[in-house]
Amino acid sequence: MSDVVVARSLDEAREALIGQPDATVLAGGTDLMVEINRGLRRPRHVVGVAQVPELRRWHIADNRVVVGTGVTYTEMMTTSLADAAPALAQAARTVGSPPIRNAGTLGGNLGTASPAGDTLPVLAALNAEIVVTGPDGERRMGLDDFVVGVKQTSLRPGELIVAAELDRPTGRQEFLKIGPRNAMVISMAGLALVADHDARTVRCALGAVAAGIPRAHDAEAWVAERIDWDNGAAVTDAVADEFGQRVAAASSPIDDHRSTAAYRRHAVAVLATRALKRAFAPGGNGDA
Amino acid sequence: MTTEPVVTSAPATTTGPANTAAGSSAGAAGADTIVDAGTRGVGADVGRPDGVPKVQGRFAFSSDLWADDFLWGHTLRSPHASARILGIDIGPALATAGVHAVLLADDVPGRLTYGLEHADQPVLADGQVRYVGEPVAVVAADHPDVARRAAEAIVVNYEPTDPLTNPEAAPTAAPIHPNGNVFREINIRHGDLDATGEVVVEGTYEVGMQDQAFMGPESGLALPDDDGGVELFISTQWLHVDREQIAACLGIDEEQVRLTLAGVGGAFGAREDLSLQIHLCLLALHTGKPVKMVYSRDESFFGHVHRHPAKMWYRHHADGDGRLVKVEARIVLDGGAYASTSSAVIANASCFAAGPYKVPAAHIVGLAARTNNPPCGAMRGFGAVQTCFGHESQMDKLAAALNMDPVELRLINALDSGDRLVTGQVITGTFPVAEVIRQCAGAPAPDIPRSDDRRDLPGGSGRTTDAADTVRGTGFAVGFKNLMFSEGYDDYSSAACRVADGVATVTCACAEVGQGFVTLAQQIARTELGVDEVILAPAQTATIGSAGSSSASRQTWMSGGAVQAACRAVRDQILADVAADWGVSPDGLVLRDGLVVSLDGQQEALLAQITAGPGYEADVEYHHAPTEALDENGQGNAHVSFACAAHRVVADVDPDLGLVRIRDITTAQDVGRILNPTQAVGQIEGGTAQGVGLALMEEIVLDNGLVRNASFTDYVIPTTLDMPDVTIAAWVEEPEPDAPYGAKGIGEPPTISSSAAVAAAVRAATGLNLPRIPIRPADIALG
Ligand SMILES: Cc1cc2nc3c(=O)[nH]c(=O)nc-3n(C[C@H](O)[C@H](O)[C@H](O)COP(=O)(O)OP(=O)(O)OC[C@H]3O[C@@H](n4cnc5c(N)ncnc54)[C@H](O)[C@@H]3O)c2cc1C
Repeated sequence: MSDVVVARSLDEAREALIGQPDATVLAGGTDLMVEINRGLRRPRHVVGVAQVPELRRWHIADNRVVVGTGVTYTEMMTTSLADAAPALAQAARTVGSPPIRNAGTLGGNLGTASPAGDTLPVLAALNAEIVVTGPDGERRMGLDDFVVGVKQTSLRPGELIVAAELDRPTGRQEFLKIGPRNAMVISMAGLALVADHDARTVRCALGAVAAGIPRAHDAEAWVAERIDWDNGAAVTDAVADEFGQRVAAASSPIDDHRSTAAYRRHAVAVLATRALKRAFAPGGNGDA
Repeated sequence: MTTEPVVTSAPATTTGPANTAAGSSAGAAGADTIVDAGTRGVGADVGRPDGVPKVQGRFAFSSDLWADDFLWGHTLRSPHASARILGIDIGPALATAGVHAVLLADDVPGRLTYGLEHADQPVLADGQVRYVGEPVAVVAADHPDVARRAAEAIVVNYEPTDPLTNPEAAPTAAPIHPNGNVFREINIRHGDLDATGEVVVEGTYEVGMQDQAFMGPESGLALPDDDGGVELFISTQWLHVDREQIAACLGIDEEQVRLTLAGVGGAFGAREDLSLQIHLCLLALHTGKPVKMVYSRDESFFGHVHRHPAKMWYRHHADGDGRLVKVEARIVLDGGAYASTSSAVIANASCFAAGPYKVPAAHIVGLAARTNNPPCGAMRGFGAVQTCFGHESQMDKLAAALNMDPVELRLINALDSGDRLVTGQVITGTFPVAEVIRQCAGAPAPDIPRSDDRRDLPGGSGRTTDAADTVRGTGFAVGFKNLMFSEGYDDYSSAACRVADGVATVTCACAEVGQGFVTLAQQIARTELGVDEVILAPAQTATIGSAGSSSASRQTWMSGGAVQAACRAVRDQILADVAADWGVSPDGLVLRDGLVVSLDGQQEALLAQITAGPGYEADVEYHHAPTEALDENGQGNAHVSFACAAHRVVADVDPDLGLVRIRDITTAQDVGRILNPTQAVGQIEGGTAQGVGLALMEEIVLDNGLVRNASFTDYVIPTTLDMPDVTIAAWVEEPEPDAPYGAKGIGEPPTISSSAAVAAAVRAATGLNLPRIPIRPADIALG
């Protein structure tokens, strides 16, 4: 049996974790409780953080968005965050069903660190800085340094994930995800693409097609030179198609019961092509 | 419930009119007028008594059962598809604090095996495991976690062997069970087998392993009594056949095993075989305490049989006008490790393999084989689903070869009453196949508004697809199957009715599994007895005889028929007594609005007064017309009655990603007579959704006998974004002469043709062959 501390402030959560570094953090419980119910995890000590007000906040500045790890998917979709980080809202809308989106949090998605975690490609494409706090004080790192393997993070014992700080670029953002049905699916392949008109870059990251959350750096650099940044002309089919192929090259998918590596690689190329066209389409990007 | 003797008629046996000895109770039922469809009787849109509690979470399911001082059971299952058990050490498990019992095969006091048709499945594995998930030991402890951990502490020394996983190799492979590797082979030879057609099309098709995916996992509570017997509260489809198997394995009399139906959270065939019933009773008798078990969602995938995966080869011959000349088929069903109902499923698959069409000649070979895959058995559609995908794929291929409209091709070949099946049986009841096709195909083309909401497009909430990325296709399919059990099986039902103080009480052991029998039984009693208040007694083995299984689309007919006959027997007693009292003929009296009324308007009396005190009671057995076995050529009058349905599906497909969004489903169905419109809609919508699931996503993925997706995370079923509203173009109501009120069962036909119609729509959109369901994204995108 386990003991549970329900923290009411960031200080309380931090203290509880420093005092009990092998404690497990419980946020919305949509991953953790599933594992406990399946008998896969039996935590002795639990620190509940769903009622920590500091984690439930977000802050939108001119060129930066700070999202507390206690923010839920429903909040990402339905608040000012949806305008400030559209791809995050799009990704949030693909997560589970309404009850899951009401409970599940950004921090839980980071903590689980599944390659299929839907916010993770968005965080990668928005150059997120992950803020953690713990016995060693505050640490900040990019997603690459936070997610270090399949369901593995560089979080140290007693550390709490506090926030993710995201870019707020001036272009369109796209998140696309494929699953075995039209809603409520674990990703078979996901992709986030962000256009930054000031920096004249395109940034693209992939979900569920590698052990981590790869950025397609080569494809990004290649396409940045082929975008008509000054006049905003649509990208040509040829450019979009080659971009797709180059993005797919950044994936390293596997065969499993959800899909095949061949399909995933193919799908990533199609998603990248479409995302690029949407991001640079002369009109809107097709959202109702 | 009081059991005092009341005015009772001798148990009467009634049958449909095919048996001329039938009394008036069931005779010429099709000609009945539906008396009071405007009120709360038969034909009325009466709400379910369990509907509101279920929606509000107040309905007690079998997993909600509770008893004082009860224990929790847990099952240890095989991780291997095939292995010898060299030894089992239960010492560490027994030593765990809180553990009351750890039982193995040696602890089974009676027969060591059970099964619906052949008792070939061990209660607990005895020296050998034959599929992943096979029960090896059961544990009872005072907490579910303790039971689970104790089960983990059991040390089983397995010697794994190569599993046999290919059903086509099974007949010639070394036997993996003393009964051999062939459950049944069927050879249907009909008409001139040398006949050939001007146009010939051939195809090979495959259907994956579908799960019933009911929402309420297996669960129950067993309570030992003082005399060595046991009481079991259980969710099942058939109480009495459970009791028979449980008693045999416990080695006690059937009367010592008393079953009561607990709240059932869906069934679809998966509760026809036993799961935890014997285990619960064993643990309760061994510990002397009540024992409860609830499978987890993941475990449930190992706790019940699945739909048989199928491999099918077909060759259709037609003349130049499209009339079928001959159908050849070979069907292989993977039955998995144990027999379950495989021999009946392969019979259905074979008998209906040619579809609802006039086929002068047919050679159909069906094989159900044993493998080390999970056992397969009953699921909604029972063999007809698999072959419907085969014959309808062939009909489309034939239409293309003939350059003919696929609907027209089906119409000119449609079976009708008076025609012969490939089994030689002449259809004597109603069978309006052509009308069902016309109604469905002729329904106005759906008006699908252009939508910019990506959730209306393939990929749904994943935002993968724009309208410009899609192509649209329309598919059409027809399917049919038998109602009731076949091949000489007398699957009767029993019911009792009592009227006292003007209130009717109906007793029947029919398992309410969601189909709505509890509503219907009350409607029938109201119609027959002219009362409003009808009490439905609990479904139990101790109070009434068998009702047969809630499967095979049979309970409305069979238990509905039994209830109708019991009510009519009571009505006749009442009217006879009143007639004698009033000195009139009983023919001039009716029961109506809580009154006994003479038709001439001269006299009336309150039913409550007439039935004051002990009241009147009757109990009956209701039998359908007898059927016969198939002969060595697969010929014979093996089936009671038939029902068909058609589906038209419009699908948008994103061919680059292989994603599908169904935009419209229109159906028509041969229903005989609608007894409750909302319940009929429920069956049609639910059945259709299950067919959509099989066509596009539902599959238990196996890897050398291992189940790769035993969870609702990875075994996916349709959501509201996968399933449009179903447009019911028509209920084709041609009352079935033998059936009570003329009503046919309606639960299975919607599942049969919907999968085939979805596949046809995706083919029409993409031009791909798509010989396998479920159709996976890669099958389209890389196909
Ligand atoms: C039905 C269902 C559908 C789902 N669908 C999706 C989907 O479509 N896409 C998707 O990405 N996920 C999905 N998930 C998974 C899950 O909902 C998400 O990963 C969610 O973000 C987890 O958040 P949570 O708040 O519930 O985390 P919890 O379950 O509370 O925690 C998850 C992990 O993160 C750790 N953790 C949480 N917060 C912190 C913190 N602040 N600091 C340190 N560690 C922390 C926990 O210790 C635990 O290890 C689904 C889950 C279910 C049950």
